Amino acid sequence: MYAQDPAFWRAGAISSTLVMLIVLVFLTVDSLATIRAGGANVPSYTVINKEIRYEFDGSAHRYRPVIGADQQLFGRSYSAAEAENLMRLGKLVIQSRNCINCHTFFGNGAYYAPDLTKAWLDPAWQQMWMPMTQAATREEAIAAFLMNPEKYPTWSRQMPNLKLTRDEAVAVIAYLKWMSAVETNGFPIHFGHIQTN
Amino acid sequence: MFRSQQLALKYFAAAMTLFGIMVVAGLLASTYYIHDGFLLNTLDFSVAKMLHIDTMIIWLLMGFIGSVYWFLPIELERETEGIKLAEVLFWIFCAAVAVVAAVFILVQYGPATEMSLWFINQGRKYVEAPRWAAIGITLVVLVFVYNVVATAIKAKKITGIIGVLMVDLIPLFGLYLIAFPSITNLSEDQYWWWWLVHLWVEATWEILIGCIMALALMQLLGTARRIVETWLYIEVALVLGTGILGLGHHYFWIGTPDYWLSIGGFFSALEPLPLLGMVVHAVYDAGAHRMKTTNKPAFFWVMAEAFGNFIGGGVFGFMMTLPQINLFTHGTQWTVSHGHFAFWGAYGCGVIAVIYLALQKSRACEQLDGTVWKWSFALLNIGLVGMVGALLVAGIAQAFYERAMGGSTLQAFMQGQANVWFVQGMVMRVIFGVIFAVGYVALMYDLLTIGKRRVAVAGVKPRVARGPA
Repeated sequence: MYAQDPAFWRAGAISSTLVMLIVLVFLTVDSLATIRAGGANVPSYTVINKEIRYEFDGSAHRYRPVIGADQQLFGRSYSAAEAENLMRLGKLVIQSRNCINCHTFFGNGAYYAPDLTKAWLDPAWQQMWMPMTQAATREEAIAAFLMNPEKYPTWSRQMPNLKLTRDEAVAVIAYLKWMSAVETNGFPIHFGHIQTN
Repeated sequence: MFRSQQLALKYFAAAMTLFGIMVVAGLLASTYYIHDGFLLNTLDFSVAKMLHIDTMIIWLLMGFIGSVYWFLPIELERETEGIKLAEVLFWIFCAAVAVVAAVFILVQYGPATEMSLWFINQGRKYVEAPRWAAIGITLVVLVFVYNVVATAIKAKKITGIIGVLMVDLIPLFGLYLIAFPSITNLSEDQYWWWWLVHLWVEATWEILIGCIMALALMQLLGTARRIVETWLYIEVALVLGTGILGLGHHYFWIGTPDYWLSIGGFFSALEPLPLLGMVVHAVYDAGAHRMKTTNKPAFFWVMAEAFGNFIGGGVFGFMMTLPQINLFTHGTQWTVSHGHFAFWGAYGCGVIAVIYLALQKSRACEQLDGTVWKWSFALLNIGLVGMVGALLVAGIAQAFYERAMGGSTLQAFMQGQANVWFVQGMVMRVIFGVIFAVGYVALMYDLLTIGKRRVAVAGVKPRVARGPA
């Protein structure tokens, strides 16, 4: 009987692995085209010059980022090259400060601090931090907080001071703004649409 | 004893030491949750958490490498090729781990430059080790691959298990190269990063531990090679047949196309199958041999591995893997609950089993048994299951209150963390963590002394240890 010969099962192991690997390669080619900056699901970096919202799309049955009218960031707009440089610095801030070992990005990381996927859109910046920091804009409020978190304690858990320079803070805020415009298949659900007290 | 096996014992000693550091770092990391402001700006949560997870990866990896160095000369009936190089690299490996840990604790972070990634911290979960150290790990794995392949070539013999092992070492090495780049686009970054994390942990490592368990079962129960190899092939077919596209369950929310919701959901729902197969295999073998063994602790740890892998990895993974559920559970303490159970069940228990097998041989004991191992076995597993349960309660509260009801904002997150069930879960986790830590101390005492002690246990004839030859 075939089944009693290990070689039969070896052939099964090799063929099932190869089939799955080939399928994975095809899916990867397609996925990479979708997630490149400027692809169908991931906006180009200049999206930081636009207003971003997160709204329920009835036809897709999920929340989706909506890109609106022009909106400056830190009082200016950025060219494609400037935006890319800013993003590169922002990503380096995130890696060098080890953000992902307290926070999550797209839900991946550590669970000691809030998820940052849509953090740019968080209502608390306007409701709590702008009055606290006396800042005129959301981005200035976030910058003030990130550079001196101990000055603006909010809930019971506090963020450490990671000695961010002004440039680093600007870059990481731009990065958060870009990230909030990524189509994440509806994660996190209801973000910013529920009044919590 | 072969030199390869002496090296294996060194790897086991290093692995168990790192296991201890992992436990300490884990207890530390759990304290931040129940004590606000704990060590703020001195040793932040991120550092403790990173030490906890990275020492886990390294101790398991060292356990696997040690296990292969242990079984390879038995399986191929000759000394491992290039053993000298492997011995040198062991010390380099240990030194590098110590330096990286010291830098994590003392330096912690640097400015936003590539230099920080080269010398301080790469800031990517699981592969935080700075690039210079990552090169070192690459080198260790490369020499390890060379050892296995060259020995098989010299022996002019490739058994089924060694064949699977050799093929498995290609992705073990190749995927680790993803640890190096820092891609600006986070969607692309996480896309490749999951190849490393998922295809290591849920594919390559599963096959590796499958090979190791196959070798262990032959030694432990004298199971026939034909049966062990047949099971191994079935396991490879099922693990890779479901696990490669099971990768999709990490592609739900990172910007990737929505077809991953169906593909990832479907294939990861099948991922428990091979793990169930391993339980059947282990129970069948144990029954076929009427649970008679000369090495009780190894036998029980093998059983714990089979059940822990299935329940912790398979069932607890399945529980949260469907996208409709994962939308709420992803990135909560629910994930942590699964993570603890799965790593312990799939890998931790397996490495401990092999160490007991190796000690039986190196200390020349006909029978290995006693009282201490039972205590450590019970304390470790009760501690672990307790932590898993506590984290699950906290995770469920978080999924409901932060995600479903709160919409995941900063404020919703903090309200979830303050929820009474969440807080209770976190306190219980620390308590069971302490029980686990006591179990670790008992385990270390047992590993250091079993087979050397002259204890009167019914039916056990301890022989005076000759120590590692």
